[in-house]
Amino acid sequence: MTGLLSLTTFAPILGVAAILILRVFGRPEDAKTVNTAKWIALVTTLATLALSVLLVLQFDASNPGFQFVEDAAWFAGLHYRMGVDGVSVLFVLLTAFLLPICIAASWRSIEKRVHEYLIAFLILETLVIGVFCALDIILFYVFFEFSLVPMFLIIGIWGGARRIYAAFKFFLYTLLGSILMLAAILAMINVAGTSSIPALMAYKFAPGLQTWLWLAFFASFAVKMPMWPVHTWLPDAHVEAPTAGSVILAGILLKMGGYGFMRFSLPMFPNASDFFSPLVFALSAIAIIYTSLVAFRQTDIKKLIAYSSVAHMGLVTMGIFSGNAQGEQGAIFQMISHGVISGALFLCVGVIYDRMHTRDMAFYGGLVNRMPWYGLVFLLFTMGNVGLPGTSGFVGEILAMTGVYQASTWTAIAAASGVILSAVYMLTMYRKVMWGELVNPKLSAITDLDAREVWIFLPLIISTLVLGVYPNFVFNLTQASVDQLATVYRAAIGG
Amino acid sequence: MNFSGDLNLAFPELILAGAALVLLVWGAFSPKSTAALGAAAVVALLGAAVAAATGPLGRAFGGGLIADQAAVFAKVAIFVACAVAIPLGQRWFERRGVNNFEYPILIVLAALGMSVMASAGDLISLYIGVELHSLALYVMAAMYRDDAKASEAGLKYFVLGSLSSGLLLYGASLIYGFAGSTVFSDIAVAVQGQANTGVLFGLVFLICGLAFKVSAAPFHMWTPDVYEGAPTPVVAFFAAAPKLAAMVVFARALAEGFGGAVGQWQQVLIAIALISVAVGAFAGLAQKNLKRLWAYSSIANIGYAVLGLAAGDQQGVQAMLVFMVLYMVDVTGFFACLSALSRDGRSMESLDDMAGLIKERPGIALAMTAFSLSALGLPPFSGFWAKYYVFKAAIGAGLGPAAVIGLIGSVVAAFYYLRLIKVMWFDAAPGVTDAPPAEAKWTGIVLALFSFPVVLVALTWIDPLARAAAVAFGLKA
Repeated sequence: MTGLLSLTTFAPILGVAAILILRVFGRPEDAKTVNTAKWIALVTTLATLALSVLLVLQFDASNPGFQFVEDAAWFAGLHYRMGVDGVSVLFVLLTAFLLPICIAASWRSIEKRVHEYLIAFLILETLVIGVFCALDIILFYVFFEFSLVPMFLIIGIWGGARRIYAAFKFFLYTLLGSILMLAAILAMINVAGTSSIPALMAYKFAPGLQTWLWLAFFASFAVKMPMWPVHTWLPDAHVEAPTAGSVILAGILLKMGGYGFMRFSLPMFPNASDFFSPLVFALSAIAIIYTSLVAFRQTDIKKLIAYSSVAHMGLVTMGIFSGNAQGEQGAIFQMISHGVISGALFLCVGVIYDRMHTRDMAFYGGLVNRMPWYGLVFLLFTMGNVGLPGTSGFVGEILAMTGVYQASTWTAIAAASGVILSAVYMLTMYRKVMWGELVNPKLSAITDLDAREVWIFLPLIISTLVLGVYPNFVFNLTQASVDQLATVYRAAIGG
Repeated sequence: MNFSGDLNLAFPELILAGAALVLLVWGAFSPKSTAALGAAAVVALLGAAVAAATGPLGRAFGGGLIADQAAVFAKVAIFVACAVAIPLGQRWFERRGVNNFEYPILIVLAALGMSVMASAGDLISLYIGVELHSLALYVMAAMYRDDAKASEAGLKYFVLGSLSSGLLLYGASLIYGFAGSTVFSDIAVAVQGQANTGVLFGLVFLICGLAFKVSAAPFHMWTPDVYEGAPTPVVAFFAAAPKLAAMVVFARALAEGFGGAVGQWQQVLIAIALISVAVGAFAGLAQKNLKRLWAYSSIANIGYAVLGLAAGDQQGVQAMLVFMVLYMVDVTGFFACLSALSRDGRSMESLDDMAGLIKERPGIALAMTAFSLSALGLPPFSGFWAKYYVFKAAIGAGLGPAAVIGLIGSVVAAFYYLRLIKVMWFDAAPGVTDAPPAEAKWTGIVLALFSFPVVLVALTWIDPLARAAAVAFGLKA
């Protein structure tokens, strides 16, 4: 069905239009108008979710190429070109899945400028889905780059105390990376004479040129991912962002980096990817061990989870640059699973932050006495983040490590130690927050999850468990495209 | 070609010259009817635009005046920009009780000068065009007589502008002396791909003089002071159209006169471009006054346009033309927004004045956000597409390192654009703003809508027009 992809991408814009009309012609401060706007946003995101489910249902998993392709000539040789393959289709679903949760999670915690907040999220959804669907490299860049703006506003307006600093750091850091990528993109268009991503994937760039192009793309995606040592913007951004902003940042925006590696670096610059893979392995190994240790020393729960994200993304970059099908599959699975689990963890933090307005671990303790259901949910996602078998976290980790093991034994050992370290810091955090005696008198009246929160967590719980038990849901969809990616890569580097 | 044929080619210029004279007489006899006079000037400008777009192409007056695709492209853009500037400025002066009927006439005269620049085929018509439009601009900058700053700006502009005209003339006379002609095409024959030291010396002076007019570093010193002092709607005018005219005549002189000696002027232009980008980016960081800030932003942006020209091929000239047209829209729109804003009768010009503007004046604040993001080069705003053309051309011409430096400069500049957005969106408003005048507000908002999303459609026809214009310059493909 042609047009389905554009419809999914731009459906949130319809919601934006509706909210704008409400904002301009209604009374913006009126509680009833605000409530209507929230419902519009929720319905829009749910409709987008329905469309993306339809997309996945109609997706032909046996076809490794691009599907639902739309193509219209634009100016100066550029095209409006959209399409998805096995690598990207699940990210569309993940985005559409997390957005309604973000909206629902902000239902009560956002009190000022609600209309603008909802609009920022809906625009962000369009942009992120666009990033995963764009098949013209300039179109990709447009979506990729503009996603900085709504996130800048989300952090800067609705963030915490140091929100301005965090917003600027986030924006300028990522801008510097992607501006270098823009230079590389322009060079590629000049050399290859096309801006079509499929054509560029088939084009063989000279190995010398590949090195420079690879480095420029790496500058962008490594910051986005983020990889050590350019990860320092992430903890700041996470700590200051509102809960839903953290969810979308960790759950989706980081995945744009991993997706970029798989879509551009690996297929377009295979020789350079092969040449630089030891560098990536080294940086990933450092990221896993170093940031895990840093996470262990955090007193702010959100910061701990942010560092844990960096560590988990290290495993993803390793898997991608292992260059074999297991590594790629593991990386994709890990990204999807981390999107769900880290999003859920940030929501867990949000639950107690909404009640107590602090994220300091020392403030809490013994919460399980007052909040048994919350304790259960939090425990599940903590275990998922550690990679307990039965949760989705396990599948991605084991697969990525298998892939990496074939490419570099030492790196795999470092990755495995990361799993142990993640158990150390996650369980320590859980113990400090949840177990023990409830000593802080301020906590004596804290309430357990309410119905809205249960409904928010339910889809996340289900997907974590289902993916952990039946990972083939993901693999069936990605298999063909990933096999092709790995085969072409192997052939290109002569392995 | 016979004389009437020559006049036919100069028809747009004749319309403007005639209109200026008629309006001047009209104004002298009935100085109160400024509104009707302004409307008549707009009609004359739009008429000249139509005449330029539909008129014949060719060379007139022994090659002194060229009517080709490039001239047509530039003229239409210039005339439209002038027409937009008239209501914007007239109403502004009216509200301050300075009801001069000369304002539209000066714009028509400036348009005439710019039109001659866009068509200039030899050094003399180049100089006449430059002087005619500059003199009109000097007067406009100083027109708000009661304001000491405006008078200072006008004087500064005049003195420094005269200096640059001197450089220009000196260069022109050197070129004439060594090449034996003032017509670009004859100079090209005399130079034959290799300029001798004398011609080269003259060329460098010529480039310096023109760099002054487009306010490229290191000849930019007048820009911040003049932008700050001159009335905001006047800045909206002279930050846009005159820059395009000067860039076109810049390209014409280099391409037609010295197209065979690209290697000899390319390095000079690269240096000017990169210094401009650096100065615009770093000096802008320290600015608190928005007009000064945007002056530095315009220096950086002219740097990008010059970088396109430095590519020295058709792609580069096309990039420069697209860049300038898109940039004109942004800069006019930004200053239109700025001229709409006042608090307790005092113009809001500093960064701090903008605090909380998104709540006070959401339309204007959104437009200014769009212009800031566009100037930052963020897709999908027009500024991104402008930079896209320029950097693609630069990289295609083998200027990769220069392009990367230019791109990094845009990240530095990103900080001050973001700071403006931060102030408008994140900070709390200090007080209530006055109701913005409709014409300035809507000019700003409509131009912001051009910046996004209209540009995405508009480029499908700007692109081929600019390409045809670039071909007319006769550089290598």
